[in-house]
Formats: sequence, C-alpha cells, structure tokens
Amino acid sequence: MMRTSNIAILAAAAIISLAACGKEKSQQLPILGNIEVIEGDTTYHSIPDFRFIDQDSEWITNETFAEQIYVADFFFTSCPSICPKVKKQMLRMYDEYHDNPNIRFLSHSIDTKRDSVPRLKQYSTNLGVNSEFWHFVTGNKDSIFSIADEYFVAALEDPSAPGGFDHSGRLILVDQNRHIRSFCNGTDEEEVNAFMKDIELLLNAD
Amino acid sequence: MRIKVFAFIAIATTWAACQPFVQGERLYIAHCATCHMEDGTGLAGLIPPLAGADYLELNRHLVPCIIAHGTSGGVVVNGVTYEEPMQAFPELTDVELSNIINYINTSWGNDLPLTSPSEVNSHLQNCPG
Repeated sequence: MMRTSNIAILAAAAIISLAACGKEKSQQLPILGNIEVIEGDTTYHSIPDFRFIDQDSEWITNETFAEQIYVADFFFTSCPSICPKVKKQMLRMYDEYHDNPNIRFLSHSIDTKRDSVPRLKQYSTNLGVNSEFWHFVTGNKDSIFSIADEYFVAALEDPSAPGGFDHSGRLILVDQNRHIRSFCNGTDEEEVNAFMKDIELLLNAD
Repeated sequence: MRIKVFAFIAIATTWAACQPFVQGERLYIAHCATCHMEDGTGLAGLIPPLAGADYLELNRHLVPCIIAHGTSGGVVVNGVTYEEPMQAFPELTDVELSNIINYINTSWGNDLPLTSPSEVNSHLQNCPG
C-alpha cells in the first residue's frame, strides 16, 4: 500500500514536471525536492539548520536569510577548474542585484583546511564584493559536505581531481522559507540567464 | 571541379585568416580559459585579464616563463597587483607555448608582435629565479 502511494506521488510529480515544460511556463517557481504527505499535511524539502563563519568572522545561519532569498554555491579559493567561471557568472548576478535588499549570496568553501577566514576575506576583497551582501563561509568540514547534499550539490574530497576536490558548479536559489526554488549550471552563461529570470520571478512574488 | 576546388581554397583561406592559431586556441581553451576566461577578461581582482594586458607587451620575455613555471602571485597588470598564484604547465612544448602566446597576442583586440618556438626557447633559458 505504501509503495503504491509512493508511485502515485512520483507519477503526479512527473505529470507536474511535464506540465512545467510546456509552452505556458508557470509564473510561480516550483518548490524542488522530495514532497512528503503525512496525514494530509504536505512537507517540502527545506534547508536544515546551519551555522558557518564568514569572511568577517560573523556567524551565518538560516536566520541571516530570514528576510531574503539567496543564491548558494560550493567552491574553494584555489580551485583550478570550474570555480573562476562560476564566480564570473555570480559576479554578474551580484552586479545586477547587490543594491536589492531582498537578495543575498552565500558561497561555501569545501576546502575547510586551507580556506581560513583571512583567506576568504582576501578572496572576497579581490573579487571586489561587499561582505554584507555576499558571504563566503567556512566551518566544520562534515557540516559543509552534508549541507551540500541538502542543496543537491555534489561535493567530495578526491585527491585525483584538480585541486583535490570534486564538486559541481551548481547555483541554487533558496527562498525565505528555506525551500529550493531553482538551480542552474553556474559555468553556463545561457543557463545562468534563465536562472536570473527565475530570481526575478521569486523577487517579484514576495 | 575547378570551381569547387577554388571555393574550398577561398573558404579555407578566409577561415585561416580569422584564426591562424588553431592549436593555440585549442590549448588556450583547454589550459587557460577556465581562469582567464574564453574572452580573456580574467576575474575581477583575482585573475588578471589577458585582453588589453600591458604586461604582455612590457614583459614579453617573461610570458613563456609564467606559463611553463607558474607564478606565486604579485603579478602587476594594468596597474593592478594580482596576488593569486598561477599553476605551472611544464608539459607544454616550445611549439605549443608559442602557439598559445601567438593566440593571446592576436585575440580580443590584442595586436602584439608574434613569437616563435626558438624565441620561446631562448626566453625559457633565462627565466628569473
């Protein structure tokens, strides 16, 4: 019985997803991730509690973004592969939105050993961004890697990968209620353009 | 037949005129573009631009050294100091290095003199440090 209802939910989700691909794009972004219905209540996937430290040695928690939507990603400062391209695209978004009080940026370093607070400070300063709008955070390695899973971002330590870490350059859009509303490949300018339209949609919805 | 051959030569010539450093472009995309970007603009104050970079003209003799041996930071481009280190590419041959440098020297509005494998080789013999 349980399995039948799961299949029914998956089928319903598939139909909704197919409908979303139609010409008439819904003007409201979907809430992404697993949806659970327990005793009639629908529960959406949400980002769990976190507590990291940013380039100004300030604690960054879910509460930091209680009033704002935010764009999250995972990177490391010495990353020789995809990170600079992703940062270039994020910088484009930052330039577009940093005057907007309703949106912030959150970059998690997955190289918690080398990316100290001063290192993150130097990186963000050289990138030319304001630390009130764009937080570069570090923290306990396990906490960073496990929260990457919650953002549906692949991140793992791999000595054979360039720079010692394997990770995706995905950008994640999170709303004020900790729900993931959109994502894109941060190395792809076209995908980022579409993602920025989703940001507009979410900003205008709130 | 003759027309076809002529058309082929015309197209090939035009194409070659657009991008004479095909291997240089391919190597640039593979080794350099992830950081310096495909359009040579770099990344803010972290990674220097190559498009319009005065460094290429002022330090012509150091360019092969930087690509082959990397840097530990402190590179000044257009008055900005870039502190990020750059990785080394010791596997590139003199021919490959000269093709990359010629691609950079002639792309994105850059109009700098070309180099040759022998010039690259002689610069590499005199790298500082």
